[in-house]
Amino acid sequence: MLSSITLFIGITLMYSTPLAFAALGGVVSERSGVTNLGIEGMMTIGAFTGATVGYFTGSAWGGFLAAGAAGGMIALLHAFASITCRADQTISGIAINLIGPGVALFICRILFDGATMTVPVTNKIPKLFGSAGGSGALKNLNVDVTVVVALALAVLLRVFLYKTKWGFHIRAVGEHPAAADTMGIHVYRIRYLCVIVSGILAGFGGASMTLAIIPQFTPTAISGQGFIALAAVIFGKWTPHGAYGACLLFGAAQALTVILGGGSFQVPSEILAMLPYVITIIILILFVGRSAAPKASGQPYEKGAR
Amino acid sequence: MDKAAKILKKPFTMTLIAIFFGFLVAGIILAAAGYPTFHSLSVLLQGVFSGPKHISNVIIKSTPLILTGIGVAFAFQTGLFNIGAEGQFIMGCVAATTVGIVCDFPPVIQIPLVLAAGVLAGAVFGGMVGFLKAKFGIHEVLTSIMFNWIALYFSNFISDLKRFHKPDTMGTYAINKSGYTMILGSWKTTKEGKEVLVNNEFLRDTLLKTDVNAGILAAVVLAILVSFLLYKTTKGFELRAVGANRFAAESTGIDVNKNILHAMIISGGICGLAAAFYITGNSPHGIATLAAFENTGFNALGVCLIAASSPIGCIFAGLLFGGLLYGGQSLQYEVGAPSEIINIVIGVVVFFVALTHIIPPLVDRFSKGGKNHAK
Amino acid sequence: MAGESSEYAVQMHGITKRFGSFCALQDMNLNVKKGSIHSLLGENGAGKSTLMNILYGLYQADEGEIFVNGEKVDIKNPNVAIEHGIGMVHQHFMLVDDFTVTQNIVLGNEITSHMGIVDAKKARKKILDIVEKYGLEVDPDAKVSDISVGMQQRVEILKALYRGAELLILDEPTAVLTPQEIDDLISIMNNLAKDGKAIIIITHKLKEIKASSDICTIIRRGRYIDTLLVKGVTENELATLMVGHEVKLVVDKTPANAGEVVFEIKDLIVKNDRKLDAVKGLSLQVRKGEIVGIAGIDGNGQRELVEAINALTPVASGHITINGKPLENTSPRQVIDSGVSTIPEDRQKRGLVLDFSVNENCVLEQYRRTPFSKKGILLKKEMEEFTKELIQEYDVRPEDCGSRRAGSLSGGNQQKVIIGREIAMDPDILIAVQPTRGLDVGAIETVHRTLIRERDKGKAVLLISFELDEVMNVSDTIAVIYDGKIQDTFKQGTVDENTIGLLMAGGKNHG
Repeated sequence: MLSSITLFIGITLMYSTPLAFAALGGVVSERSGVTNLGIEGMMTIGAFTGATVGYFTGSAWGGFLAAGAAGGMIALLHAFASITCRADQTISGIAINLIGPGVALFICRILFDGATMTVPVTNKIPKLFGSAGGSGALKNLNVDVTVVVALALAVLLRVFLYKTKWGFHIRAVGEHPAAADTMGIHVYRIRYLCVIVSGILAGFGGASMTLAIIPQFTPTAISGQGFIALAAVIFGKWTPHGAYGACLLFGAAQALTVILGGGSFQVPSEILAMLPYVITIIILILFVGRSAAPKASGQPYEKGAR
Repeated sequence: MDKAAKILKKPFTMTLIAIFFGFLVAGIILAAAGYPTFHSLSVLLQGVFSGPKHISNVIIKSTPLILTGIGVAFAFQTGLFNIGAEGQFIMGCVAATTVGIVCDFPPVIQIPLVLAAGVLAGAVFGGMVGFLKAKFGIHEVLTSIMFNWIALYFSNFISDLKRFHKPDTMGTYAINKSGYTMILGSWKTTKEGKEVLVNNEFLRDTLLKTDVNAGILAAVVLAILVSFLLYKTTKGFELRAVGANRFAAESTGIDVNKNILHAMIISGGICGLAAAFYITGNSPHGIATLAAFENTGFNALGVCLIAASSPIGCIFAGLLFGGLLYGGQSLQYEVGAPSEIINIVIGVVVFFVALTHIIPPLVDRFSKGGKNHAK
Repeated sequence: MAGESSEYAVQMHGITKRFGSFCALQDMNLNVKKGSIHSLLGENGAGKSTLMNILYGLYQADEGEIFVNGEKVDIKNPNVAIEHGIGMVHQHFMLVDDFTVTQNIVLGNEITSHMGIVDAKKARKKILDIVEKYGLEVDPDAKVSDISVGMQQRVEILKALYRGAELLILDEPTAVLTPQEIDDLISIMNNLAKDGKAIIIITHKLKEIKASSDICTIIRRGRYIDTLLVKGVTENELATLMVGHEVKLVVDKTPANAGEVVFEIKDLIVKNDRKLDAVKGLSLQVRKGEIVGIAGIDGNGQRELVEAINALTPVASGHITINGKPLENTSPRQVIDSGVSTIPEDRQKRGLVLDFSVNENCVLEQYRRTPFSKKGILLKKEMEEFTKELIQEYDVRPEDCGSRRAGSLSGGNQQKVIIGREIAMDPDILIAVQPTRGLDVGAIETVHRTLIRERDKGKAVLLISFELDEVMNVSDTIAVIYDGKIQDTFKQGTVDENTIGLLMAGGKNHG
């Protein structure tokens, strides 16, 4: 019994971690007033970079950090288009979702002899309790260290956004950029930083998939997780704790299907797989009600425009 | 100067500029990776244009993109971001397949029946998103993403059901032949048909070697119909008003919630129709168990954006998309460059479409002198 | 050329600013002495805000120089302006709704302890010190979205003082205040001036200039006109200088010839967004051929009243009838079809679809009726003809704007389109909410004349405005709204401004 519970918790944490990184990044970007629909593309680039660098250097953490850098660089494109060029942020985000996988697979083929998947890394992200890791029920809780990093990040981000002065600045920029501007806050600079950070975090999210859960990058490694992360941001009402909680919910529903699928219930696996999404919609109808994005989200800022 | 400004402001010009840059960036990437750029371009063009077979295949590949693109464009025009096109397409495929397998009427009934099933499935699926937004104010992006996944798993569920599953395969049976929409499909196999085909290379190339189907005709007709609906009818006026400014629409008596619902129903229905033509017109005429999204719906977003949400523009944007996707295969084969360079081209084109949006305001600022700026 | 003397808080010389080929400011000068209250007077669009935005660093001038305390400065951004002791209170408040008063005041200047964590207590104390010194009453812990407009303005002033402003720029500060709150503001300004601070007021309100300022500089079409001591000029003289020709400050009208009651509201109760009662048992009658004006401060239920009449919000109890037909809890379309036309408060949000052409905007209510459509198909030619007539009758510029985006028109022309459209519906009652907001003197005159013309035709007109002068000049009957109810009603000419002002603020009329 205890073993089942810890298994459930373990799988929940495992599945929700890539989502959590990406969703937290989404929160940062949206809070500063820039819609980031390109999370999926940034995750894909991160997933690929992580697996590739991890393979060639033999270092999982090296790959992880490189993934963040890659995600950040591609986010720079989105930032340039959305902030400096004041382009439509929706279109730019979709473009990133098309470019991301394209670039990833392109370079993959070049580096790995025409294959669309990377060679599995030899060293994955270490587990919390080491590779020997615990016995019995505790063994199920031997999650990847990235799980802890994600959790810590969620907590830190909450403190950052609501208690520190930089957090106030970011939120002001997202709610009322003109007000922030007149107080001498650099709207463009903050937005750039936030978008790049969201790219870095999305990159981490991708890497935590291909360096921990599966040991390599494949064309289907990131297939919709970016969108689920986006859904988590909306569901969590654009707060770090809300988004993290939503990711846990998705992870839990996923874990539920794994556990139920292996059990004695005769529910078809596909119906089980639908559960997380159906549950989300039901919860939305019952509880969440009208969503309110940061007031200036999605709108380019123009100095002096009233 | 004024004439040049006018030309610069046309959406068509901006699309051309975006496409140019898309190819330019791809060329640079190819060169950086050590592949011959101009040769690649010629291989690409040859792969698309060099024969009736290829052109036909491009059209076939573009058809679902065009149709789904029109569906997405319709939603965009009414202010809704239909990221659920993927799910609506999938459900349309499911409906078309199941009805196509279970029923077997003569073609004159079967074809409309199967198509209607697709439309209905897509319409209901899209309508649910619209309903949730209108009634509960739930963000359509969120619900659409959820529904996409539900559709995917539902499709796999159906695909694995004993009633539909084809043994030793990863998918269902084909739908009954009475539902096929290939052009001259059955004629091809008759005695007279075969005689003509033996003697006519053009027809042989197109009809025999490819699955030329009625979908493209439907796409053109639909583009015209949707355009007409949007710009010439009172319903289209209402829908566009709600999309452009729901508050003003509400204040002047337009029923906003009803129109949001209608918009999603129509948009979903069009995506469902795209799916139905896809199933009836292309082998294997059934659905497969999917490991991941096939991306027709997501690519349709790209089509719609390149077309600047114009239904007629979707025809050309869809052909461009389809041509690139198809031509990319020969690129891999002949030059050895990864076919994903095509995805990069498409992505960059969409990216530049986003950037070129800023050109009209800039042109305005410089020519009229920004009179409206200081208030 | 005035010397670079430090008797002046700020001197601006030869300021020129262009936007593209449009010249917003040409060779403009402004010299403000320390300890003085200096008005900058000009019409809407004259360039006053642009000049102040340059002083505050939001824009950079193309030519000219600025001296602060006798020292030449280059104000690249608001931070630099703040460093030089310049503070600005904008017309549209720059407050983050979600943040508290304190958080808004310290934004960008937060006092932090370790790791960037904000120290709220220190900030609070500093704020309360300033509050006491100048008498600026605020609640430091309240969320900005919950406080009154008057308090919001004080928060804006505190923002500037918190950063040590010695020169305070106030942009149209009295637009949202009751007569009594305006008096309070003037006394706060006097306190600040006595303390040696300099105050610049951007305004087009002649009465306030007379009441508050020592000196007035007039700007017209981006150019310097004159600087005068306020004591020695009349309002009419100021108006003439502002516009460039003689201006009628009082509306010309014949007495009303009112008929039967056509529109009636009885004991109306309407809730606001927060489920609290905003309209609390309001009763009102409007007759044919009569203009009823509702005077009141923004936030006393006017918005909810108009929304209830338009069926955009449900009515909790009470009745709204036109010609005896009930309107409450129906639908916007039914209200319009029953003969009620409304010129909305926010023309860009509720009045027009900015992305649509002017042609399309003109038929927003009528597109389903003949002659504009037949069997569901729009008839473009009829739409264009209709619009052309409207453009001519109401002098909308530019004349050929029919196929252009409505968003490309200026505010005044947009308003004309809306007015023309609503009147063309031939309503039984025309409701005008803040119809002259943001318009220049010429356009304001036109709007008032139009309302009176409709009244003379026998229409009922309901005017809701936050500009007391407008209500008093235009209306035949003046009703005062406060706290969701009509406090009292007067015939035009039988009441003075002070009485109304008192009622607007919740005082009682003692005869």
